[in-house]
Amino acid sequence: MDLKEKLISSYFAFEEQVDTDSEIHDIRSEAIKNFETVGFPSRKDEEWKYTSLKSLLKEDYSLFPKKEDTLDYKDVKQYLANDIDSYNIVFIDGIYSSYLSQTTHDKFDACLMSSALSKPKYKAIIDNYFNKIAPKGSGLNNLNTAFSKEGAFINIPKNIAADKPIQIINLSTGNESALMLQPRNLVIVGENSQVQIIERHQSLNDNPVFTNSVTEIFAEKRAIVDYYKIQNDRKTASLIDNTFVEQHQESLCSVHTFSFGGKLVRNNLEFYQKGERIDSTMKGVTIIEGKQHVDHNTLVHHIEPNCESHQDYKGIFDEKSTGVFNGKVYVEKEAQKTNAFQSNNNILLTDQATCNSKPQLEIFADDVACSHGCTIGQLDKDALFYLKSRGIPAKEAKALLMYAFANDVLESVKIPELKKRVNKMIAEKLSVNLGFDL
Amino acid sequence: MLKIKNLHASVEGKEILKGINLEINPGEVHAIMGPNGSGKSTLASVVAGKEEYEQTEGEIIFENEDISELEADERAHKGVFLSFQYPVEIPGVSVTNFMKTAINETRKAQGLEEMPAKDMLQKIREKSALLDMDRKFLSRSLNEGFSGGEKKRNEIFQMAMLEPKLSILDETDSGLDIDALRIVSNGVNKLRTKDNAVLVITHYQRLLNYIVPDYVHVLLNGKIVKSGGKELAHKLEEQGYDWLKEEAKAL
Repeated sequence: MDLKEKLISSYFAFEEQVDTDSEIHDIRSEAIKNFETVGFPSRKDEEWKYTSLKSLLKEDYSLFPKKEDTLDYKDVKQYLANDIDSYNIVFIDGIYSSYLSQTTHDKFDACLMSSALSKPKYKAIIDNYFNKIAPKGSGLNNLNTAFSKEGAFINIPKNIAADKPIQIINLSTGNESALMLQPRNLVIVGENSQVQIIERHQSLNDNPVFTNSVTEIFAEKRAIVDYYKIQNDRKTASLIDNTFVEQHQESLCSVHTFSFGGKLVRNNLEFYQKGERIDSTMKGVTIIEGKQHVDHNTLVHHIEPNCESHQDYKGIFDEKSTGVFNGKVYVEKEAQKTNAFQSNNNILLTDQATCNSKPQLEIFADDVACSHGCTIGQLDKDALFYLKSRGIPAKEAKALLMYAFANDVLESVKIPELKKRVNKMIAEKLSVNLGFDL
Repeated sequence: MLKIKNLHASVEGKEILKGINLEINPGEVHAIMGPNGSGKSTLASVVAGKEEYEQTEGEIIFENEDISELEADERAHKGVFLSFQYPVEIPGVSVTNFMKTAINETRKAQGLEEMPAKDMLQKIREKSALLDMDRKFLSRSLNEGFSGGEKKRNEIFQMAMLEPKLSILDETDSGLDIDALRIVSNGVNKLRTKDNAVLVITHYQRLLNYIVPDYVHVLLNGKIVKSGGKELAHKLEEQGYDWLKEEAKAL
């Protein structure tokens, strides 16, 4: 039985775990039907030309792992970024872990999707926002929606700045020989409100994990949302991250994606601008080696006038690793005075590493400033000679140049401890001590 | 200190240096002059160890050791310094952090401990004052957005920090106004001792008014065609290179 059939037949077992009388369940049932029709994407789909899920689909995944409560804090604290004073929403094998988490319902909600989906007081919010922007045509979105049950629910009412960042941590134990997870997150940031979110997926041993995650983010008028994704998982863990952002007038949203590890990582990141003077930022640093694969598939949809979007993705590919960047910018006819910038720069460290970079701009308005640029190259030889001539050996010189190359993207990280942490990850990734304070 | 014997070098298969002989002793200042395309910058890069420049024949003896096969960083550790004609911009790495890395890597290669932060700071303060550099300058990204003058000043600052035995100044005067030229050459002169040497590579005589050479060599078409004292530089300033080209042809 292939994975698609297994998922469809498991849906009946899933229905025994959830309230099938709810409106949410109608959405789920609709979604499983759609998934049955659409299925998993293949390389025949234009959007998946350079990323094949084939090797992921042949595993025999457990879909409903048992609750795990023997994990020790000391074994997982390195993944919790505990130097950051934050709210933590932690899942172990997709199941909420209350003893590792610190949630809140004080001025805002940073809690669980399962409670948001079941408690009457959240019904209006769920009706308004749940599954409203995740595209219905995507098999992966439908699959996640069909099995949506747990994840993070963050709801910031208007005029509130969250007092500390919120971390969403997805741990997998490897207790199952192979595991598939479908986390579902919903983030609603009200008028004039602010929040910073850090999301991480981490497996604790080398049993394969396949995560198909969907996150919907709504930024109301003048909201400020900064979302950071840390993808530094084992070489047996794969992640398809589907994140959709709807922004309203004068809101500012940024998503930073740091991809330093994983077997296969695909980031589908889409922004929809529904108002004027909106600013959307998408940044990413990818540093991978071995046979790792990271694919960034972005979209920003400029619908109204006077908005901006900034995309800046950098990649460093060593050994036989592969990278993809497919960045789409749509500017509707009404979206005059749009400023849209996109840049994707890649360094290939070996002859075997590959990168496919594809900017796609479709502009229907005539008074806009849109730019895009992509480069794929090696480290600058002149720069390397310059550093070496000052006594810095080749290995350190290369690391310094790569660090410098990736540095731009870190500039805009607003949480200092996180910036330091990511800096350290980059230094570790490049396996050198750069000899100065990170 | 430096003995270059019958040095031939090519870039992408094209021979640029065609048998250079040059000897520099401690305490001396040598100048290499020559028209564009004569091989001046190639000579500087070959001595400093640029990989793309292939040394096809000859020897580069530095302190009684042939350094031809050494990497650029290993040559730097032995005390060779090249001030670049076009210093490279490295965004994201501050001048200070760059200098710390360079000094500590050199010390590591020499079997020394890292320089204590306090000493490093003191040294940076002292040497930047020598070049009349603003403190803000030190926290800026290396050469990024620097003016021509700032870049050259920064090169000499690095030279002051690294205290090389042999400093090769490649067209250090290009892009400098008169004030910057004075500051830069003043810096170079203050760093001179009886134990180190300077090789100035320049197109014009102007810089040699400030950094006065003991010997002047003229490079033409990959060969040193004439050597003399500082008066040779004046003659070149007045008469250009054509008379030397004629002389070279006659040979």
